[in-house]
Amino acid sequence: MSGLREVAGAVRHVDVLVVGAGPAGLAAAARLAAAGTRRVEVLDREQQAGGVPRHCAHGGFGPWLHPLTGPAYARLLTRAAVRAGAVVRTGVTALDWAGPSTLTAVGRGGPETIEARAVVLATGARERPRTARLVPGTRPAGVYTTGELQQAVHLYGQRIGSRAVVIGAEEVSYAAADTVRAAGAEVVAMVTDLPQAQVSPGRALNARLRQGIPLLTDAMVDELVGRGRLSAVRLRHHDGRTTVLRCDIAVFTGDFVPERELARRGDLVLDAGTRGPAVDGGLHTSRPGVFAVGSVLHPAESAATAAREGAHAADAVRRRLTGDAWPTGVPLTVAAPLRWIAPNRVTPADELPYVLRTTISLHRPVLQVTQDDRLLHRSRSLRTALPNRTVTLTASWTHRVDAGGGPVRVTVA
Amino acid sequence: MTVTARGALPSTPYDVTVVGAGVVGCAIARELARHPRLRVALVEAQDDVGQGTSKANTAILHTGFDATPGSLEARLVREGSRRLAAFAAESGIPVEPVGALLVAWDEEQRAALPRLAEKAERNGYRAAQLLDAAQLYAREPHLGAGALGALHVPGESIICPWTTTLAYATQAVLHGVDLHLNSAVQQVNRPEGAHLLTTDRGTLRTRCLINAAGLHADTLDRDLGHHDFTVTPRRGQLLVFDKFARSLVRHILLPVPTALGKGVLVTPTVYGNVLLGPTAEDLDDKRATASTADGVALLREKGRRILPALLDEEVTAVYAGLRAATEHDDYRITAHPSQAYVTVGGIRSTGLTASLAIAAHVTELLADTGLALGPERELEPVRMPNLGEAFPRPYQLAELIDADPEYGTLVCHCERVSRGEIRDALAAVIPPNSLDGLRRRTRARSGRCQGFHCGAAVRALFEEGQR
Ligand SMILES: Cc1cc2nc3c(=O)[nH]c(=O)nc-3n(C[C@H](O)[C@H](O)[C@H](O)COP(=O)(O)OP(=O)(O)OC[C@H]3O[C@@H](n4cnc5c(N)ncnc54)[C@H](O)[C@@H]3O)c2cc1C
Ligand SMILES: Cc1cc2nc3c(=O)[nH]c(=O)nc-3n(C[C@H](O)[C@H](O)[C@H](O)COP(=O)(O)OP(=O)(O)OC[C@H]3O[C@@H](n4cnc5c(N)ncnc54)[C@H](O)[C@@H]3O)c2cc1C
Repeated sequence: MSGLREVAGAVRHVDVLVVGAGPAGLAAAARLAAAGTRRVEVLDREQQAGGVPRHCAHGGFGPWLHPLTGPAYARLLTRAAVRAGAVVRTGVTALDWAGPSTLTAVGRGGPETIEARAVVLATGARERPRTARLVPGTRPAGVYTTGELQQAVHLYGQRIGSRAVVIGAEEVSYAAADTVRAAGAEVVAMVTDLPQAQVSPGRALNARLRQGIPLLTDAMVDELVGRGRLSAVRLRHHDGRTTVLRCDIAVFTGDFVPERELARRGDLVLDAGTRGPAVDGGLHTSRPGVFAVGSVLHPAESAATAAREGAHAADAVRRRLTGDAWPTGVPLTVAAPLRWIAPNRVTPADELPYVLRTTISLHRPVLQVTQDDRLLHRSRSLRTALPNRTVTLTASWTHRVDAGGGPVRVTVA
Repeated sequence: MTVTARGALPSTPYDVTVVGAGVVGCAIARELARHPRLRVALVEAQDDVGQGTSKANTAILHTGFDATPGSLEARLVREGSRRLAAFAAESGIPVEPVGALLVAWDEEQRAALPRLAEKAERNGYRAAQLLDAAQLYAREPHLGAGALGALHVPGESIICPWTTTLAYATQAVLHGVDLHLNSAVQQVNRPEGAHLLTTDRGTLRTRCLINAAGLHADTLDRDLGHHDFTVTPRRGQLLVFDKFARSLVRHILLPVPTALGKGVLVTPTVYGNVLLGPTAEDLDDKRATASTADGVALLREKGRRILPALLDEEVTAVYAGLRAATEHDDYRITAHPSQAYVTVGGIRSTGLTASLAIAAHVTELLADTGLALGPERELEPVRMPNLGEAFPRPYQLAELIDADPEYGTLVCHCERVSRGEIRDALAAVIPPNSLDGLRRRTRARSGRCQGFHCGAAVRALFEEGQR
């Protein structure tokens, strides 16, 4: 990237540079600017600010008492950030690091270099496409992720086809099924390799009974068939049977990964579970001056969680600007059947609640937190924990952590 | 300048018609374009150039060090390699001279290395060098444990196969060759000394015919009464890994060829990815370009040994190409003077490298059939958009963006493709007729998100461009 740095010209200075104008980045910027931080700049590579909610036409966003559609929520957050005094710049991509908290970027105005006193990475997440899932077969048109499908239907009004198989049965999968139906196409089936849907029983029942969408469990996609255009998907059931579903659309949903290009280019320590940057409860990454918030940390929690976390990070950023030392914390890990936890480092001062994922369904699990064989906390969840759904853990125990001790472990008792 | 994709084909006869717009057919058409008196057609069954085997290979510009000495293939690969390197430099086709390492994983393979070095010498390639294990690991620190040594072949390079084919075709069209897409030749007759081709888009008359139909060269050959060879497609499946894998490997890591075939390699691409493959499966279906669970599993198993860290990275594409293998060990390039016809068959696994030399060879054969080529001219160079990571891309060029901000507006974020590049591709001499064609010209949608972020936006630009 040295050539880039040469052409990038003079370095511009800001106090806080936020990369990504999704719910997390916008909430962080709004809170920072409102609290008096002067030069807060948010970059987004899309032409419109708002992140993923831009293309979630359905409701369920925003404050509990005033539910909004995704696009309305995106506008609300953008307005709030701008009103508070943050500068939101769209069509600008942060490319790479040019210093400890300096980034290069490019947009219509050409390459630029921005040095900040603190950087907040809020780059979001994506769904893994068919290729990353190693699904064999031909390479026909008609294969989507929910993200692409929602944009095609809701932002561009594109025709998508007539018969869809939705792969996945979590929250986002049902949103994908809704989008297919909104586009006038039929959902032939939803398919999950797990034994049950990973949404509330009400939602699953509504799709099956009212909308007539069959749910095929314990099955995975074995092959995509079709030349030029998708003509069928072949499923393999856990018992070895195969089924062929005729369709011209396949939507691969869920299976999120963090959008972590900048984190990797910056050699930030990553968490093995979430695959995003490792952070403590103050959203500090391993690189002093660099924070991370939102889906890049825990793909993909709700937009509300991302926004709440953005606001929380703002306070930590302000402490950094007034000279607080960069905390190190100790690693926070989970043991199977838990899959990951975020944040995934811990300091005794941390207050942000934790989000976790499990690999198997657990009926009202008891979570146990230990450090060096010392029990720090134990609590029973009120709900059944399902894969691909949020499990939460309070931060009420963090003051018991020995900052000089070994890793803290969360296990299922 | 003529490129057609629909409607009836022209009724005026051509002097020469090349069937098949793969890398070989396009190279031949380009070579013929040196002769301004010739009226030349390039006829392709699909909706784009390079949609057959030429789009799905391992993209290596070979030295020919391991060819069978004395074969036609050995000569054309050696010569083609030099010609293509020069043409690439002139046209802006990305090439990176990374060099290859033939890695020996057991004693038998190590014992084979000196023999391969000798063979390279017999092929006129003298720069190959034996490395011991320490030297090998110094060059490739991420290589899996247990390698015993290697043969270093510094002349092997990686190249962009899509830009190569497109550059040939573009230069040919700019110099008067008519390119007719969506025109599968179904039948060939020879009434009164001229060929009459029956295609999807009507008939086409031509004095001379060149068969560069790749996998289907044998079928066309039979139409003209020849039974010299049978094409048995040999499938090669490949995995493409995310750009984050690029730093894991510096050279093309070739297996030592054994009795069981050429084996699986790991190579960087000019786009900054890493390829793992290919498999070698003899099939009888010439359309069997699907990937399979077994193929993918085999590649992952081999890859884990060669470069263990590779498997931790995301796969951004899985594809398969079909080599036009025949019962013969060499290319099947034959002139049939009495029919004013040249067969260019059996261009198996080196056709990209050899393409320009094949074109020169075929043009000579054509002259031998009695065709007067007429005066010859130098071709005006073409300049292709750069898809390679080793050279500046538009988003990195301040002056370019200054002059046209569309090059600073990124649409495909994973591959950093600007709206300006997409616009240019849609307005090019040979525009894409599909999103895949657009992808091969710009890389839009070929990154790790596979369209999650940009798919709909790219489609919108494409559809706008079609209107
Ligand atoms: C398909 C889908 C449907 C969903 N549906 C719901 C739902 O119904 N309800 C709900 O609560 N949650 C939903 N979610 C989750 C919700 O969208 C996320 O929790 C929320 O968007 C996370 O916010 P974020 O700011 O972390 O990331 P994002 O919203 O993903 O925003 C990240 C932003 O960063 C930008 N960016 C990334 N890299 C760069 C760079 N290098 N330079 C500049 N900009 C960059 C991106 O353009 C993007 O705008 C859904 C998620 C998906 C993927
Ligand atoms: C897995 C794999 C890896 C390889 N790796 C390399 C490498 O690293 N380096 C290298 O140099 N080479 C490599 N090759 C070989 C190289 O790709 C081929 O030799 C080359 O692409 C052959 O080009 P072609 O033009 O002969 O065939 P094609 O590209 O197949 O072109 C033939 C064209 O003819 C058209 N056609 C067929 N029948 C008709 C008809 N009746 N009417 C009209 N059009 C017709 C087809 O549509 C097609 O477009 C590899 C091949 C494979 C499969």
